[in-house]
Amino acid sequence: MSRVKELQKSLFGGNTSNARQFGMIFTLVAIVLLFEILTNGLTLNPGNLISLVSQYSYILLLAIGMLMVIVAGHIDLSVGSIAAFVGIVVAKVMQDYAVPWFLAVLIGLAVGAVIGAWQGFWVAYVGVPAFIVTLAGMMLFRGGNQFIGNANTIPVPEGFRVIGSGFLPEVGPDTGYNNLTLLLGLVVCVAVVVREWRGRRTRREMGADAAPMWISVIRVAFPLAVVVFATLQFAGGRIGTSFPVSGIILGVLVVIYSFITRNTAGGRHIYAVGGNARAAELSGVKLKRVNFMVMMNMSVLAALAGMIFVARSAASGPQDGIGWELDAIAAVFIGGAAVSGGLGTISGSIVGGLVMAVLNNGLQLLGVGSDRVQIIKGLVLLLAVAFDVYNKKQGRFSVIDSLMRPFRRDTPTGPASPAEPGQERGKSPVAG
Amino acid sequence: MRDAPVLLEMRAITKEFPGVKALSDVNLVVRQGEIHAIAGENGAGKSTLMKVLSGVHPYGSYTGQILYQGTESRFSDIRASENAGIVIIHQELALVPGLSITENIFLGNEPRRGGVIDWKTANRRALELMALVGLEEDPDTLIKDIGVGKQQLVEIAKAFAKNVRLLILDEPTAALNETDSQHLLELMRDFKQRGITSIIISHKLNEIAEIADAITILRDGHTIETLDVKADGVDEDRIVRGMVGRELHSRFPDHTPDIGEVFFEVRDWTVRHPVASDRLVAKNASFTVRRGEIVGFAGLMGAGRTELAMSIFGRSYGVYASGQIFKDGREIVIKSVSDAIEHGLAYVSEDRKSIGLNLLDDIKTSVVSAKLSKITSHGVIDHVREHRAAEDYRTSLRVKAPTVDEPVTTLSGGNQQKVVLAKWMFTDPDLLILDEPTRGIDVGAKYEIYGIIQRLADQGKGVIVISSELPELIGLCDRIYTVFEGTITGDIPRRDADPELLLKQMTSVKKAQRS
Ligand SMILES: Nc1ncnc2c1ncn2[C@@H]1O[C@H](COP(=O)(O)OP(=O)(O)OP(=O)(O)O)[C@@H](O)[C@H]1O
Ligand SMILES: [Mg+2]
Repeated sequence: MSRVKELQKSLFGGNTSNARQFGMIFTLVAIVLLFEILTNGLTLNPGNLISLVSQYSYILLLAIGMLMVIVAGHIDLSVGSIAAFVGIVVAKVMQDYAVPWFLAVLIGLAVGAVIGAWQGFWVAYVGVPAFIVTLAGMMLFRGGNQFIGNANTIPVPEGFRVIGSGFLPEVGPDTGYNNLTLLLGLVVCVAVVVREWRGRRTRREMGADAAPMWISVIRVAFPLAVVVFATLQFAGGRIGTSFPVSGIILGVLVVIYSFITRNTAGGRHIYAVGGNARAAELSGVKLKRVNFMVMMNMSVLAALAGMIFVARSAASGPQDGIGWELDAIAAVFIGGAAVSGGLGTISGSIVGGLVMAVLNNGLQLLGVGSDRVQIIKGLVLLLAVAFDVYNKKQGRFSVIDSLMRPFRRDTPTGPASPAEPGQERGKSPVAG
Repeated sequence: MRDAPVLLEMRAITKEFPGVKALSDVNLVVRQGEIHAIAGENGAGKSTLMKVLSGVHPYGSYTGQILYQGTESRFSDIRASENAGIVIIHQELALVPGLSITENIFLGNEPRRGGVIDWKTANRRALELMALVGLEEDPDTLIKDIGVGKQQLVEIAKAFAKNVRLLILDEPTAALNETDSQHLLELMRDFKQRGITSIIISHKLNEIAEIADAITILRDGHTIETLDVKADGVDEDRIVRGMVGRELHSRFPDHTPDIGEVFFEVRDWTVRHPVASDRLVAKNASFTVRRGEIVGFAGLMGAGRTELAMSIFGRSYGVYASGQIFKDGREIVIKSVSDAIEHGLAYVSEDRKSIGLNLLDDIKTSVVSAKLSKITSHGVIDHVREHRAAEDYRTSLRVKAPTVDEPVTTLSGGNQQKVVLAKWMFTDPDLLILDEPTRGIDVGAKYEIYGIIQRLADQGKGVIVISSELPELIGLCDRIYTVFEGTITGDIPRRDADPELLLKQMTSVKKAQRS
């Protein structure tokens, strides 16, 4: 094994998806720095960072749910329409029945759950492919939005707007920064350190030799630097602005869902179903329930995303959420999920989503027209996945390794058997 | 054969995977027109060597030389080796289930006329090739509708469509029953008459001893020796000695069964075919298992043993029609696999790749996957416990892998089988159903697995072994049921079990008297 690989393994953990993730983080940092230079420092200034978060948090939110859908081997094309539908329902109940905003949020989530149950039913219990069910849903709920809203725009009240355009409030002494944002940053810093410390302990308990201390230091130092920088930027923006509420919602959900997918039986089952449904079934996984839950969860998140968007734009309209599904799907695939299911991580998808967001934002700052932005985004998606496929064929998974290849002396390990015949998951169990 | 000209020489082949040296300095000399067997334990590097030869691992990914027909060959992919007349049939068949026999035979190699596939020629040639391999079937039949034995023949016919000179068969008979295996071996002799050279990998050493002219033995990626079967008077024991490096005196560990009372009983179990609902795959099957007892199920391929077992295991095959299950004297209702696991049942499937494992998993996730509750507390997975459990099984079953973080795809066939076994042992079952548990497993590991089965029985569990190898059933089981076309036709205690009686019961509907 090459030295580079070994180092990378200890820095980012042994498994391939971690290595892949590192490649994405690397790419993200590179893109950020590139735009920072091209825009003469506009990209990382507080105002832009804040708008970046509030502008893209709902897409990232969708990416969380989409990751789980894709890992389970499905796809969801209806999220944009569901978001729009829930948005209009919520706006309508607040306008017509003067429902208080927090109750409206609950209603919105409930509507999302019902829609999700509907789609989950067709996918899991009837067995209609998710592509079809959600294609139908895409039309159904887009139509539903226009039916309820008479194709008009409906404004939402002030209180409701907090979830989309609110910020952490100013409290405590005047430090020149937003205190709550500083506190938030501190909490995240502590979490990063604790996580690494616990990781070391776990590795020791597994009997694996814990990596040398300096490795851990690097693993902590880089994220800490990023967090500290971001905290100061977010806390030091224009008075009245700070870290967006929608960003906090996103952050909390990312933590929760990462935990679920990585550390719970339910999360494991999603990967099992996507990896080999028949084997999962024969291991006691309740296939239908998993599929149902995954589809339903996606719709609930879509409902939340729709409400955040409506809150941000202060009104719900017939054009809301168009094309969101594509952004979410792109984020997931850029983040390293496999088209055939069974592979992918929440954090990968978030990084993938951020790559898209920064790209979008940076190009806009540079004054590039939306036509060209689309073209560039399309190419990035294609190249990111093509690069991944290429690496897999070569039996290598890591971006850094391929970057370092010219500097390495040892010959690369050869391609692992590209298409081992047995690897196609058998579709017809032959019984004897 | 010693004087025949050399067709193939592989010199000092070394092949490394990240963390594993699969082959080191392996040499292989194959002479024109011979049947050359390669033997070795699981993970010895047999399949890898053949993949190097056939271009699956292309030139440049290994070191060493391949001299084929006197010149050095550098195959960049499978196509290149096929053009040179080397055709490999992999351990796992590579047919497309939804296509017909003809379509599969000519897949990627279709006879054309003016750019369009010439189906008339294709069908005619398919019939010729099928006659050559002794396959009697309508060439339009879909692959998924014929049995494994016939599928194997289609693979060989496919090889012949490519004008083969050197045919490589990686464990061709592992999934075949006695008759089909014999037919295949007969076929290989026939090919030899036609001057085709074959390389065969097999863990069925009796076959090797019977058919091969020369045997090369690999151990841990090294060539140990090449034996000339006739001149050296090679028999099974001689091969085993080469493979494991010591004498293996008995194929079954000594065991004195300690059998208790009946704790598991199935009564009048009837199951319909999943599609053709008028066809019954199990008819009024009744059987019992006692504590500490190893019960065998003998039957021909397609007799319905797997279907019966899977249907009992949470109705995971076919449509349940009627029947009852009793455990410890009480009736239990098992409607899903999770119910079955909950009630202490485990089913180790015969087909590890398509239904036994998630090939994206690593070893540790596979091992714990059927009983996550054992490593979770309050729904949260304890990664340390997971790692430890998997590590325990890796050592006790001697899975050949550096760590439990290794993806299961990188394991050799036999080692994957051990992981599947570990996965089900991890569920702590009361009744363990093993479907062809030693398929593709080497002699040494078979012995270990028999030992494991006996230890489980000694702990008071019941074990059901479904196997197509009669000697295995006879050597291992305390009692054997015979199954014919979905009906249990006999219940034979160990002392009466002999191949003749079993075969008779396996092929006739007449009910044997109960013992
Ligand atoms: N793609 C791969 N990546 C990493 N390791 C591999 C890969 N393929 C094979 N190996 C390793 O190489 C060794 C030899 O494997 P191989 O499949 O050749 O064994 P085998 O002799 O055919 O065994 P079996 O009888 O079980 O089929 C094993 O230790 C296996 O884990
Ligand atoms: Mg093999």
